[in-house]
Amino acid sequence: MTDRPLTELGVVETAEAVRRGRLRAEEVTRAHLDRIAAVDGRIRAFLHVTGEAALARAREIDEAVRRGADPGPLAGVPVAVKDNICTRGVPTTAASRMLQGFVPPYDATVIERLNAAGAIIIGKTNLDEFAMGSSTEHSAFQVTANPWDESRVPGGSSGGSAAAVAAGEAPAALGTDTGGSIRLPAAFCGVTGLKPTYGRVSRYGAIAFASSLDQIGPFARDARDTARLLAVLAGYDQRDSTSAQEPTADYEGALTGDVRGLKIGLPAEYFGEGVDSRVAQAVREAVAVLKDAGAQVVEVSLPYTSYTLPVYHLVATAEASSNLARYDGVRYGHRTSRRVTSHGDLIARSRGEGFGPEVKLRIILGTFALSAGYYDQYYGKAQQVRRLIKDDFERVLAQVDLLATPTAPTVAFPIGERADDPMAMYMADICTTGANLAGLPALSIPCGFLDGLPVGLQLIGRPFDEATLLRAADAYQRLTDHHLRRPALAAAGAAGGGA
Amino acid sequence: MSTPVTAGTAVERPYEIVVGLEVHVELTTESKIFCSCPTRFGAEPNSQVCPVCLGLPGTLPVLNRRALEQAVRAALALNCRIQPVAKFDRKNYHYPDLVKGYQISQYDLPVGYEGWLEVGDPANPRRIRIRRVHLEEDTGKSLHDQAPGASVVDYNRSGIPLLEIVSEPDIRSAEEARDYLMHLRQVMLYTGVSDARMEEGSLRVDCNVSVRPRGSDVFGTITEIKNLNSFRSVVRAIEYEAQRQWEVLSAGGTLRRETRHWDERREVTVALRRKEEAHDYRYFPDPDLLPVPLPADWVEEIRASLPELPGARRRRYVLDLDLSVRDADTLVGDPGLAGYFEDLLAAGAEARAAASWVLTQVLAWLNAQGAGIDAFPVPPARLARLLRLVDEGTISMTAAKDVFEEMVRTGAEPDAVVEARGLRQISDQAALLEIVDRVLAANPQPVADYRAGRQQALGFLVGQVMKETRGRANPQLVNDLLRQRLSSDG
Ligand SMILES: [Zn+2]
Repeated sequence: MTDRPLTELGVVETAEAVRRGRLRAEEVTRAHLDRIAAVDGRIRAFLHVTGEAALARAREIDEAVRRGADPGPLAGVPVAVKDNICTRGVPTTAASRMLQGFVPPYDATVIERLNAAGAIIIGKTNLDEFAMGSSTEHSAFQVTANPWDESRVPGGSSGGSAAAVAAGEAPAALGTDTGGSIRLPAAFCGVTGLKPTYGRVSRYGAIAFASSLDQIGPFARDARDTARLLAVLAGYDQRDSTSAQEPTADYEGALTGDVRGLKIGLPAEYFGEGVDSRVAQAVREAVAVLKDAGAQVVEVSLPYTSYTLPVYHLVATAEASSNLARYDGVRYGHRTSRRVTSHGDLIARSRGEGFGPEVKLRIILGTFALSAGYYDQYYGKAQQVRRLIKDDFERVLAQVDLLATPTAPTVAFPIGERADDPMAMYMADICTTGANLAGLPALSIPCGFLDGLPVGLQLIGRPFDEATLLRAADAYQRLTDHHLRRPALAAAGAAGGGA
Repeated sequence: MSTPVTAGTAVERPYEIVVGLEVHVELTTESKIFCSCPTRFGAEPNSQVCPVCLGLPGTLPVLNRRALEQAVRAALALNCRIQPVAKFDRKNYHYPDLVKGYQISQYDLPVGYEGWLEVGDPANPRRIRIRRVHLEEDTGKSLHDQAPGASVVDYNRSGIPLLEIVSEPDIRSAEEARDYLMHLRQVMLYTGVSDARMEEGSLRVDCNVSVRPRGSDVFGTITEIKNLNSFRSVVRAIEYEAQRQWEVLSAGGTLRRETRHWDERREVTVALRRKEEAHDYRYFPDPDLLPVPLPADWVEEIRASLPELPGARRRRYVLDLDLSVRDADTLVGDPGLAGYFEDLLAAGAEARAAASWVLTQVLAWLNAQGAGIDAFPVPPARLARLLRLVDEGTISMTAAKDVFEEMVRTGAEPDAVVEARGLRQISDQAALLEIVDRVLAANPQPVADYRAGRQQALGFLVGQVMKETRGRANPQLVNDLLRQRLSSDG
């Protein structure tokens, strides 16, 4: 395995090699730090690289292996973490000026789980401020580039994590997905990204955007690596009341390569208006591959699809307006340096200076949606329609095992193209918000390329049935090689090999 | 007990006071409502905090089931109906002592609703309806004058479970408001859900006050007086505010719906903010907390575990045990004292005598020692025995007081003290008759006086017999024997 650069190794490969003492966690970590040093000036995926701490941690892992201990299923695997997930002693900003300099005194549950499994946190990645966006252009600090075409966006809001995995800066990453924020960048960057069922992974320590929609999930380069990560992340956490008691599955064991008899639904509404026909075609071809392997494919309908985006925006902004109320400059985070005359003045100025325009826009929308006299008309109504959307999915998923759709209506768009046009930006989410509103698991895998840019296939499954999604994705990846393609950048940066 | 209020009661006023009370009670759970921080009062500022109750980014609330149970317990004790699920909502507003920019509370589905509490004479009580009882988290506490030019907030209180109890506007006088609060406080103490100490802020009161012409059934404009911190302030503030409103109306003015502050020093209410300008709290269900079912059998279990409540106890004391309302109130108002009284009854003591002893001798000792009933050294069974000795005529009341003092001092058995000090009453008719005759023979003048119709001469003769017996003669018997002798011999 030493003939391949260490930055090309996947999660399972790396962990098994480290566990067996065939590879040292320190060399793996160093290789990725070198890779970051070589390419991140162009990709700008990271807001903070935890170099020394990562190396120290890697040496601990190596020491454990030397002693004959098993550091865990992610032994020595570098993981990049979206910067809205709290890491003890490591700055966590949510890419907002509001939280510049904030250093959490505690680890998110997922960070504890990664550490316990032998993973190495290698740094914190860029995002749209407070995860509000679809391109990672709304970061207060930097714009992340798509490794396949540096003039294009990586998707958002977890653009830094997706780009880091695509660019070989980390074999795995964590993102959060509120309306598509893992799947969309996974699609744009040509990697595998999973949004688990709502409640499958603890939200404790993820800086809330919209609590009833947010879910933490993994990025990797294929379904098997994703399965390994999910097994570590998933499970009940008593610190999150919305986390599920539902037992986890043997996600890797589910990867049999066998999709015979699997019923896949193609919801007509996801292939029509607003979706690039070439993207739709690539997705249909991907489904055909699974059909050839023995899956059954049926056309289905989700009639409430056209309501998903408006309902999503009402629910998400309403919850966000409340979730972001705690940033007032009183206890932590940005506080105005101007003279203030009252507490109200302090809050208004601190928030005015600390939040970016997209965040302000959403706070204002959400505040309005919850206002006396408008609640029933907006938030209340949105919740009712959300129920109908959920029923829609439930009904269809009683007939089929999973749904296949495009992840995004297009491939990655140019940086700057939609930055000032919120409505155009929001359209990027038309295929992804449904799974959040219904709380369903969904993943995105690359299923082809258009003009050299990856196309994403989205699979949506039944609640807590991530195993079936991963099995289908893995079967597809056994039969195709889209997930093995690396951006040209990767070839240019082979110096990161380190071995 | 009953502080005199403004002279002249409601009867003489041309107007009627209408009051509804909103009471906040801190629950006595070991830990906070949404995290595991301790709730001890009086700790160093900001020593009982964690990322959750400081509202740090990414933290989530987890409901303390014990707080929910306490809330249900209190609601049941206030005769409320219980919601089938506990649902929590966010109340959104900005304040320096509020860490998340919202308070987790209950909006449309309070855990308890449609309850009531009885006040006044147990024989003819008034029922004050309770609109709702809901659970919420307390906020931090701004400390003023701690650092010049800066405001300091203590977040120890942030996240302490709080019960808000809202009455209907059924209260008709300041005295009745105080009565309601006293009864409410007792319910909290009896159910053990709160120590309800106003001075520590674990019971806080907001009053909604309006007035209307006597006889009218239309509600007037309400003003809200915030954060009163003693029963006395409640009474004074309501009295003041009602009078102020009536004067405004009498002068042809109009009232504004507003929030007012009670200035403790000047004893006046001062306008704080107009109600119309009040916040839009934008309540919505807290997505971080799933609704918690409150199964009927669980609720019934809690109901069954409730102790005898103060209202029922007061009724029993007055109507069944024939105690005065005042004695009943004093006993019920002190659960420890009432418990001791109950133990006396269980040990066979007669109710009125037992109440009288507890409220005089026992209470006097406790007051002198500055101690609570827990520190009282005489076990109830022993005191009951002493009362029995009096009741049976074995010792006189005067002797009993001496015995009591020795019992308290040395822990001795009453019988032993009576024997050792020779306090047994002489109730032997033959023995007393001998002494009576001797006294009559030695005092011819008083005998003659009595026979001449001077009744007070009998008292002198009784005194002489008591003197002869060193106070041990049964006074009733001595009286009877003297009368008998004086009439028969005449
Ligand atoms: Zn706490």
